[in-house]
Amino acid sequence: MQLDDLATTAGEWLRGSGPEADIVMSSRVRLARNLADFPFISRATAQDRGRIERILHERTLAIAGETDLLYVNVSQLEKVDRQFLVERHLISREHAEGQGTRAVAIDSHETFSLMINEEDHLRIQVMQSGLNLTSVWEQINRIDDLIEQKVTYAFHERLGYLTACPTNVGTGMRVSVMLHLPALVITRQIDKVFRSLQKISLAVRGLYGEGSQAMGDFYQISNQVTLGRTESELIRQVSDIVPVIIDYERQARDFLIKESHENLHDRVSRAYGILRTAQTISSEETMHLLSSVRMGVNLGLIHDLNIPTINELFIRTQPAHLQKLTGGELDTADRNIERARYLRRHLNDDNNGGAEKN
Amino acid sequence: MKCQQCDKPATFHITELTGGKPQELHLCEEHARQYLTAPASEPAASGNMAAVLAHQMAIGQTAEELARLDQQACPVCGITFYEFRSQGRLGCPHDYVCFQAQLEPLIVNIHGESEHVGKRPTRPAGGSERRTQLIRLRREMKEAIDDEHYERASKLRDEIQRIENEGN
Repeated sequence: MQLDDLATTAGEWLRGSGPEADIVMSSRVRLARNLADFPFISRATAQDRGRIERILHERTLAIAGETDLLYVNVSQLEKVDRQFLVERHLISREHAEGQGTRAVAIDSHETFSLMINEEDHLRIQVMQSGLNLTSVWEQINRIDDLIEQKVTYAFHERLGYLTACPTNVGTGMRVSVMLHLPALVITRQIDKVFRSLQKISLAVRGLYGEGSQAMGDFYQISNQVTLGRTESELIRQVSDIVPVIIDYERQARDFLIKESHENLHDRVSRAYGILRTAQTISSEETMHLLSSVRMGVNLGLIHDLNIPTINELFIRTQPAHLQKLTGGELDTADRNIERARYLRRHLNDDNNGGAEKN
Repeated sequence: MKCQQCDKPATFHITELTGGKPQELHLCEEHARQYLTAPASEPAASGNMAAVLAHQMAIGQTAEELARLDQQACPVCGITFYEFRSQGRLGCPHDYVCFQAQLEPLIVNIHGESEHVGKRPTRPAGGSERRTQLIRLRREMKEAIDDEHYERASKLRDEIQRIENEGN
């Protein structure tokens, strides 16, 4: 499998299935691990980084089994390719913008990725569509066990898995769900929801993690604490709160339908209209409008479009994806023209049942 | 003398007088420029957590205590406590042992707990700590080679191989 093959496929987590998939885009767990016999990244020499990469490359390939694993040396990638992996949530922005030897291994369904030499030696990530945290945890736990048979992790009897930053020590685990909350944004209740989440030590981030803005009304909710609780407890902490937020979002949608049905229908229809006819359009505007269209489909206001198609458009209309799909470097103005063309092609297709991917 | 941040010769010798106690720095041209052009209190690019950490560390310490603390270094990876405070990232697994007294309150502050109760590796306990020593041995071997102490380097290499083989 080659990196370019990904450009024409869609990750498993975008397929829009699984419990509560109208609101929960994806469930994700990541584990931070380090090899016991190397310094953490901040003190690793170029030689150390090279050896860590070789060891983890060799030993993680062995765990893949029959899965077709794509292994990429991130340090040798062009900027657009690194950005492409970030847009697909396969690597972090830090990993894309980092320095020195670093890599990522990705399975062909894009359900898991292994980042090597990110902030920690190894970051394992598993992602699935919908609200499926228990299943995600089972999968990542299996992968972690398999890798652990091949390497000695840095582990402390009392503190657990040791990480470069003390904020991750213990389980090294970050549990997150990506939620689509347009109605809470429209009804201006979103800040209230976030404040209450922060009180119970859950973090809220945008679509692309720390510091990224809440593009397209997507929000990631994750645990802050990693020590002193079992992995199952951490999963439960997030799993228990998500239905509450889903309920708020549904109430807000009901309210909009009841109290201002015409306004809502108008908003959704206009968004769909612009996306189908625009000749030049920015990434921000696209995300904003797609968000309304996505909600419109889920509320039955738009009938000729399905969720996987919209989910994919969120990813494929981003800068690096557009450049990969058109096969050349584009400046912002050209990208906006290309993006509009791409959207028209995909949204005006009579049979856009998700069958046609390009 | 080598630069404290890389392997190039140190051509700049800086005595830092802010921070309580005079501190000597030996840096190559590149790192000296970086050091001198960096703003005095940079929360670093590593994100706000590092800044929060640094802030908490400094609370309740006198300048002298802080300066003394800052100069403590990990015998395994060589990171100083000051470097940790400014980057918010530790240098090696052994830092959790050698900076335990300082990290403990910080960890409790972040997590509200101080003991791991989650999954554990199935490997025998202690293996991990022994392997941590490889970090020190490799560093010492590199230094021995750099100083042309080849006999010592070869002894260290044998010891490294012995420990490496134990784990496999």
